[in-house]
Amino acid sequence: MSTREFFRHGVHPPELKELTAAERIRRIPFPAQVVLPLRQHIGAPAEVLVRPGDRVERGDKIAAANGFVSVPVHASATGVVREISRAPHPDGSYAEAVRIDVDAHSAQVPRARMIPDWRGLDAKQLVAAIQEGGLVGLGGAAFPTHVKLSPPPDQKIDMVVLNGCECEPYLTTDHRTMVEYPERVHLGTRIMMTCLGVDKAVVGIERNKPDAIEAMRATAPSDLDIDIVPLTVKYPQGAEKMLIKAVIDREVPEGGLPMNIGVVVQNVASVATIAEIFETGLPLVERILTVTGHGVRKPRNLIVPVGTMLRDVVAACGGLSDDAAEIIMGGPMMGLAQSSLDTPILKGTSGVVVLNEEQASPRATYPCIRCGHCLDACPVFLDPQHLGSLGLNQEYPSMMEHHLSTCMLCGCCSYVCPSRIPLSHIFGVAKASLRGQGVKV
Amino acid sequence: MSDPKLRISASPYLLGGDSTPRIMWTVVATLVPIVAASVWFFGPSALLIQGAAVLGALLPERFAGRRGTLGDGSAVITGVLLGLTLPPGMPLWMAFLGGFFGVAFGKIIFGGLGQNVFNPALLGRAFLQAAFPVPITTWPATGGDWWALRGDNFALPLMSPQVVDGSTGATPLGLHKFENTSSEIGDLLIGSTSGSLGETCGVLILLCGLFLAWKNYLNWRIPASIFLTVIVFSGVLNLVDGERYPGPLFMLFSGGLMLGAIYMATDMVTSPTTHPGCWIFGAGIGFLVVVIRMWGGLPEGVMYAILFMNAFVPFINRVTRPRVFGARKPPTPSAEAKA
Repeated sequence: MSTREFFRHGVHPPELKELTAAERIRRIPFPAQVVLPLRQHIGAPAEVLVRPGDRVERGDKIAAANGFVSVPVHASATGVVREISRAPHPDGSYAEAVRIDVDAHSAQVPRARMIPDWRGLDAKQLVAAIQEGGLVGLGGAAFPTHVKLSPPPDQKIDMVVLNGCECEPYLTTDHRTMVEYPERVHLGTRIMMTCLGVDKAVVGIERNKPDAIEAMRATAPSDLDIDIVPLTVKYPQGAEKMLIKAVIDREVPEGGLPMNIGVVVQNVASVATIAEIFETGLPLVERILTVTGHGVRKPRNLIVPVGTMLRDVVAACGGLSDDAAEIIMGGPMMGLAQSSLDTPILKGTSGVVVLNEEQASPRATYPCIRCGHCLDACPVFLDPQHLGSLGLNQEYPSMMEHHLSTCMLCGCCSYVCPSRIPLSHIFGVAKASLRGQGVKV
Repeated sequence: MSDPKLRISASPYLLGGDSTPRIMWTVVATLVPIVAASVWFFGPSALLIQGAAVLGALLPERFAGRRGTLGDGSAVITGVLLGLTLPPGMPLWMAFLGGFFGVAFGKIIFGGLGQNVFNPALLGRAFLQAAFPVPITTWPATGGDWWALRGDNFALPLMSPQVVDGSTGATPLGLHKFENTSSEIGDLLIGSTSGSLGETCGVLILLCGLFLAWKNYLNWRIPASIFLTVIVFSGVLNLVDGERYPGPLFMLFSGGLMLGAIYMATDMVTSPTTHPGCWIFGAGIGFLVVVIRMWGGLPEGVMYAILFMNAFVPFINRVTRPRVFGARKPPTPSAEAKA
């Protein structure tokens, strides 16, 4: 079993996955209330279809896709719409959301529905069904799945790359998905390949998940051309561009997309949900989620209804420990700290990490000593040291000349900086400011 | 139950283990054996000189630098390194002044740690070389009573130190340049030759450098490039005229080359950040060292070679930036003409 590693640089943060790597995925009880923001994906927010007081059933569409780059939102629990108002959003803002009082006595069994046989559908119908299912990438970015599956006609796709790296420390969402639902991943892959007219798929899995590699290999159907590639453990192996470089040695051009080099990348959990909607007929109303960290009493892998608030998720894991200090949605390298326990889990929330006081306490910063460690860490070969000094002087246009748009905010530079300069944060601020001025970054 | 107070900070939430003070103090720690060796060879004078230089370096850092920068250890490194480049018999006030000048005018006026262009220790030494050319090139002979001071260490400021006849020796490089005598390689490796405090024990410096390289606290490409360039260049010269030009081994282990290549050229602040840049930077230093030693007016050229190359660092960094992931290579002129 050879290990491939064609992407250079990157870092080796502590993995910390042992907290939940062996925990079976379990369901949590339905919470008393769910909060479903209309903006849970990249693209136009969904358009609300319900009014306060309406009864909704689990799986009912409560907001419709607004255009092609948009997906609907579905009720994740049976109950009554309480209000449509602004609610805390994981990105730090407030966003329009549908709040549903969950019916305490409902069995939460969705009403019987027609499940179309995917084999009888053509690519166009499959893509439409996937959009109606509200599917987005579950790895964090929440890009609508159907958009990736309908490339422009001039882009020839010849390969599907599945992302099973899960290179963020702590998280085991994708890991457990591959261990417990490998058949779903394979079926989802098959459906994806049908949509794209592709007959070749590759799965990249980091070597620290031998059970996932084993399960994926053992269940691979013989008539499916799917290659399972163990990869070196390294962050950010799961970044789209890095993964493509590692598994098939192609380089996404600067400013381009994987489709420009004939590749569509999808995270394994997202692929499994494609299979799920054709198996159960239920749209994306729940997701697998790792709740972990040294600030939570019983770290676990859970299935939670989308829209469950942080406090209910944490309660399902034994509650916060006494020294819990910071709650992150997503992984510890790229995630976002949350200010409120009322923030809901979204479709794209890949994990909840609770740090304790010791981990979260701020550390002293020092001036840059130009050690160059950030240049050695940057997976896209930027000069973070130079970009950082430009950023601190708010010379944002100059940063664009130095390829700021190539930066994916992976945080490797901040991780290695001995002076603890928050480089990736500086870049994030610069990008946000430039976007505000209408610059595409 | 009320909700806990939550912190909000920016990602990444996990950070690597290194910190700037840890790097600096580790460098200081690796300098301890080298300082000890200098005391072994030159007696109490060595310690006095180092102490004076460190004190001189700390003073401006404390009073003119930003608050709390004394603890980051960088001024201590400057002081110790400067001390190691001085002859043991120098008056202490000169060593103190050198340290003071190096930090005040080599670092603080640029904006403190990380902002300076030139290596502060070498700038301090260059200042001393210009101001006091005689004391800085007066080398005591080796051997003799360990406890005896190696010169007029306690000369009062602005008074000429007394030079006692018969107590001075010449450095291997000086011997070679001006008297055409060669030194034993074994003596050079161990350091039992006349010279500046830290110029002598090459093997020890090399070992400390290996440790720092293993910790990734210095970029090994810089000393490797310096050594390679010196070996190749002086080797060729030696083949051409063995009488006039000494062999590579002598060049490596004589004078301040070891100390300069491992501790001064690799100063993170004043060396390139890119790997190809480090190779170029080191090659430039190696080339200049040989040129100055062989054809210059001075027997030793490490200091000027490094300071000279320091000035090119921003330029080297700019021209050696790596190709950004996915970026096309800059189009060649012919390709542009076709299009």
